[in-house]
Amino acid sequence: AAPAGPLLCGPGLRRSEAGLLVTKCGLLRHRPGGGGAFWVDSQQKRYVPAKGDHVIGIVTAKAGDVFKLDVGGSDAASLSYLAFEGATKRNRPNVQVGDLIYGQLLVANKDMEPEMVCIDSSGKSSGMGIIGPDGFLFKVSLGLIRKLLAPKCEIIQELSQLYPFELVLGMNGRIWVKAKTVQQTLIIVNILEASEYMTAEQRKQAFAKVSG
Amino acid sequence: CRLRPFSCEQGLLSRPDGSAAFLQGDTSVLAGVYGPAEAKLSKEKPDRAVLEVLLRPKVGLPGVLERSREQLLRRTCQAVLLQALHPRTAISLVLQVLSDAGSLLSCCLNAACVGLMDAGLPLSSLFCGVTCALHPDGTILLDPTARQEQ
Repeated sequence: AAPAGPLLCGPGLRRSEAGLLVTKCGLLRHRPGGGGAFWVDSQQKRYVPAKGDHVIGIVTAKAGDVFKLDVGGSDAASLSYLAFEGATKRNRPNVQVGDLIYGQLLVANKDMEPEMVCIDSSGKSSGMGIIGPDGFLFKVSLGLIRKLLAPKCEIIQELSQLYPFELVLGMNGRIWVKAKTVQQTLIIVNILEASEYMTAEQRKQAFAKVSG
Repeated sequence: CRLRPFSCEQGLLSRPDGSAAFLQGDTSVLAGVYGPAEAKLSKEKPDRAVLEVLLRPKVGLPGVLERSREQLLRRTCQAVLLQALHPRTAISLVLQVLSDAGSLLSCCLNAACVGLMDAGLPLSSLFCGVTCALHPDGTILLDPTARQEQ
């Protein structure tokens, strides 16, 4: 039976007068649910802001009521001081230049400056907000982030058996890690950076070397 | 009508968003792509991305020949790049000639195409280049070496 609903064209595919145009190189994926969706799984390092992405931004300037954040795209994103949980005109959040913020992109298209918020539609922060002091921020490719964000990711499960740590993944390629000591943090950073090109076997050997 | 053995490698540089090395026989060109990044206010266009091509020769400073080749590469890349998807941004393509043994322009074109692909920029199609030389007696040579070009 033919699936019901419209067919979705995801990233890497564009509709033009001549039909469907492939614009990026990668693997073509298909999701059969509800009408079907096709997209091209491509690899890139540069982030292009897209609506609804959870990203890690670095505060670069405070301009009156609005913070300017660098999210890795061509434009700086803006974040209003009222977009935090429990923030009012009298109760402002304590944000300084250079702080890390984990938030969601509310508005992101090619014509406008991106806008970020740290609350969801019901007003709760649900994990978003200022990322605490210490920790280590580093940049990886976007394909690795998508791999790590997949449910039941093996790399994260194996890492959590090594030491306890806090991890924030931003869809703009930025990862923030914090473990109990600096050495443990650096070990986790090196494993995450190297896991892009390691097979499962090489990963197990690396873990055995680190924990043994 | 035979081409020299050619090969290419992607993602070899860590700083640019996309990089590629293209080798045709002994001719090799390294390409680095940066973008879409913030453009200077004087250079940005409101409806499309600005593409800038820089061709660096192996020795010496870029001269008139490099400038004319840069314009040709820029026109070719603009024909396939979907610039309207990234308005007010700048895309930079830097090509470095590592060794020149004939057919340099087609090697630059191929390296540019593979570099743009590696950077994940939206392209409407791919392009490539082959150099042809016409022998005085009428035969066509493909991918000539420097000696054959003379």
